[in-house]
Amino acid sequence: MSMSSTRAKVLMGAATWGVYLFLYIPVLILVLFSFNQARTGGTWTGFTTKWYTALAGNGRIISATWNSIQIAAISTVIAVVLGTMLSLAIDRYSYRGRKTAQQIVYLPVIAPEIVTGVSLLAFFSLVIGALNDFLGRDAGNAIRMGKATIIIAHVAFGAAFVALTVRASLRNLDPAVEEAAQDLGATPWATFWKVTLPGIMPGVLGGALLALTLSLDNFVITFFVSGPGSTTLPIEVFGQLRRTISPEVNAVSTLIFAASSVLLIAALGIQAGVATRRSGQVTTVSSTPEEGVPDQ
Amino acid sequence: MAGDQTAQGERGSVSLRGVTKRFGDMTAVDRVTLHVEPSEFISLLGPSGCGKTTTLRLISGFERPSSGSIMIGGIDATDVPAHKRNVNTIFQNYALFKHLTVAENIAFGLKVKRQGKTTIARKVNAALDLVKLPHLTSRYPSQLSGGQQQRVALARAIVNEPEVLLLDEPLSALDLKLRQAMRFELSQLHRDLGMTFIFVTHDQGEAITMSDRIAVMHEGRIQQLDTPLAIYERPASRFVASFIGETNLIDVTVTSVEGDLIRVKVAAGQSVLVAPTGGHTLTPGQVAAVAVRPQRVVLESPGTHEDATHALFPGVLRELLFIGDETRAVTELTDGSELIAVRHNQAGSHPFGDLRPGDHVEVGWRHGSACVVDE
Repeated sequence: MSMSSTRAKVLMGAATWGVYLFLYIPVLILVLFSFNQARTGGTWTGFTTKWYTALAGNGRIISATWNSIQIAAISTVIAVVLGTMLSLAIDRYSYRGRKTAQQIVYLPVIAPEIVTGVSLLAFFSLVIGALNDFLGRDAGNAIRMGKATIIIAHVAFGAAFVALTVRASLRNLDPAVEEAAQDLGATPWATFWKVTLPGIMPGVLGGALLALTLSLDNFVITFFVSGPGSTTLPIEVFGQLRRTISPEVNAVSTLIFAASSVLLIAALGIQAGVATRRSGQVTTVSSTPEEGVPDQ
Repeated sequence: MAGDQTAQGERGSVSLRGVTKRFGDMTAVDRVTLHVEPSEFISLLGPSGCGKTTTLRLISGFERPSSGSIMIGGIDATDVPAHKRNVNTIFQNYALFKHLTVAENIAFGLKVKRQGKTTIARKVNAALDLVKLPHLTSRYPSQLSGGQQQRVALARAIVNEPEVLLLDEPLSALDLKLRQAMRFELSQLHRDLGMTFIFVTHDQGEAITMSDRIAVMHEGRIQQLDTPLAIYERPASRFVASFIGETNLIDVTVTSVEGDLIRVKVAAGQSVLVAPTGGHTLTPGQVAAVAVRPQRVVLESPGTHEDATHALFPGVLRELLFIGDETRAVTELTDGSELIAVRHNQAGSHPFGDLRPGDHVEVGWRHGSACVVDE
């Protein structure tokens, strides 16, 4: 079938941009209205950046942003280490149950967030309840859910995404190069640092940026496992929306969207750059993160 | 380093004693015993799945034997991990480090052994000169051709001055012309370096042209270990005879041993004399086969050779095939079996004289030019 006729070309172009419009018009409107002078409603009354200035003085937004950054940074570091170790363990070593391990590694990626959220809530309640009983804490000084539980929850799905991208890189890394390193006198430890890790670096970095982005954006799971003093930015935005509809929310959402886009483009850029330098060898890596981005 | 403890005079020797390697139910290497002399160029030759690559991986240390022992340089290396063995490998697909430049690839082994910067630079340059690649130091492997990558892999291995260089089908990924040029270069490199080379290949031409000795492997075992000439002239088994070069195989029964020659009976009933096999004892009544190279097959008009030095059978010439350098003659014996004769073409004369398809002929061999092989 030929797609080269003018008619087909026009149709394909129209379909592509039609779908993109459908996807991005809400975001465009959000960005637009974050610069609107009117406090309420859908009428454009003039350009302003005052909502962005107001954000700087909004203590709740600033503290929530700080929480989000802390949680994202810590959970990403842990997720990268665990996710990389996990993918090495299930792809480079053989043992009983390895096949099953390979099949369930992406469960956190495909599990509905609501399910993950509810199950983590139940789990943390159980553990924290038992811990409080054991330590004899009463209501006044009891351990509660907070940043720690959010970090654990974010590590849980972040590590799965890291495993996803690292495994794609591992598939492109000839096991013979690891043997070559040992053949040349490198210990297994040195082989990992000098050959394996540089070889899978595109996957590790891509996974790290994905984990970071997803942690910054996450709402559903975070909502279930957060506690007093651990409000993240998405949860704060949701809370403010419930009280009043403020253009400040538009402004902060625009900033979140911009930051997420930059991180994602960086993730893809790193992988594409490495792929170009090792031309011909790395081909499938850069397509994986796109598949891995969940609908939010 | 294992190399520092190497006994004098043993450096570069490799000994496998009764080495077996099993993967689950499959026996990849079956009681292989092999002694490689220092500075020898030995080939492990066989079809895929014959155990030659596993044998190489046992020597490099990537696999541990299920039983048996391995000595390298006179020292027991059976339980020494790969990174502590003083051997280096050229991998089939080179296995270059893609994130490192040519110079960094070659320096890898010296760096992990913590040699000084100036020493590393000097040795890397010497290795690059040796493989004729001095101008490509800062390129990445993906920017090199297959032949250049091959040279980098060579330099990366020999820069470590190993006792033994292991080569795993290093030429199989190259195109024909380059493959033939590299045969010559590898032989020259072997002479210049004085290192032991253990070369794995399924290509009999490579093995025959480069090796001091060839170990022909089949189903995990060494079928024959000898010089290329001996293996070609006196194959020990039906498998070796058919794997190395082209061979006519005729089923026979051994009748008696007569001095240097052996009397056998062919299926058609005729009793003829042939040369013995490489080192095997044959007992009368044993079923065996006679192997004779097509170049050695005698093909004449009836009555040309009446003397007692030839074993000849009546037959009919069926086909004459011109194939460039050579002409092949397919003859059919009275029992229906075929014998193929090959002659080099020479300007101005027909290699088989006046013989034409359909002619009655006498076909066979001079006693010494055919030999008996085991089943």
